[in-house]
Amino acid sequence: MAVRVQTDDFDVGVESRALQAETVGGIALFVGTVRGLSSDDGVTAMVLEHFPGMTETELERIEAEARARWPLEDVTIIHRVGRLLPGEQIVLVAAASAHRQAAFDAAQFIMDFLKTDAPFWKAEERGGDRRWVESRDSDSAARDRWSE
Amino acid sequence: MTLTIRYFAWMREHTGTDLETMDLPDGVGCVGDLVPHLVTKSAGHALALENMQVVRVAVNRTYGDLETPVAAGDEVAFFPPVTGG
Repeated sequence: MAVRVQTDDFDVGVESRALQAETVGGIALFVGTVRGLSSDDGVTAMVLEHFPGMTETELERIEAEARARWPLEDVTIIHRVGRLLPGEQIVLVAAASAHRQAAFDAAQFIMDFLKTDAPFWKAEERGGDRRWVESRDSDSAARDRWSE
Repeated sequence: MTLTIRYFAWMREHTGTDLETMDLPDGVGCVGDLVPHLVTKSAGHALALENMQVVRVAVNRTYGDLETPVAAGDEVAFFPPVTGG
């Protein structure tokens, strides 16, 4: 069990190997990165702010809900904060299970809830201009399908 | 006993502060009761809290809403819908 909020980058290989175990048959990993081309103009940087203390609590709650739904051997959630450049890694969600379906589903579930519930905010920089990213209805829809 | 109020993202920029304390005003029982007091602090506060339908609330770092009770010593956070991931 690991939830980390950090400014530093992470190494996906290291994190994946850390989840390997005799009981694990599959590890699903999702890596989110900074998209440089948002709509039609170039994003030069992304600044991520969060609510220290509440962020970790929310991520742990989401992990606990995933563990209650699927037989998971281990979970890692890492989210970066601060100023990131296009192409850089923002988030890692890794779910390890005996079988692949639980690992795939849990990783997707965790990402969907992270998007709508974990208190992070992104601002996009374009040259000297900085603009807060607006939330998307499609993210709420992605989360809500888990309760259908 | 006081309340701690926190703001994030564009609400922090509008209010010009990420954290402020205030005495619990008389007659305030829930988060929604606080808002009329907060909007009088500055034009930026009024702008930040203009549309409470788009604002999310946490009391003591747990999601709540305008009906969530508040008492002296609580931390009340206001922030826009989250956009992480």
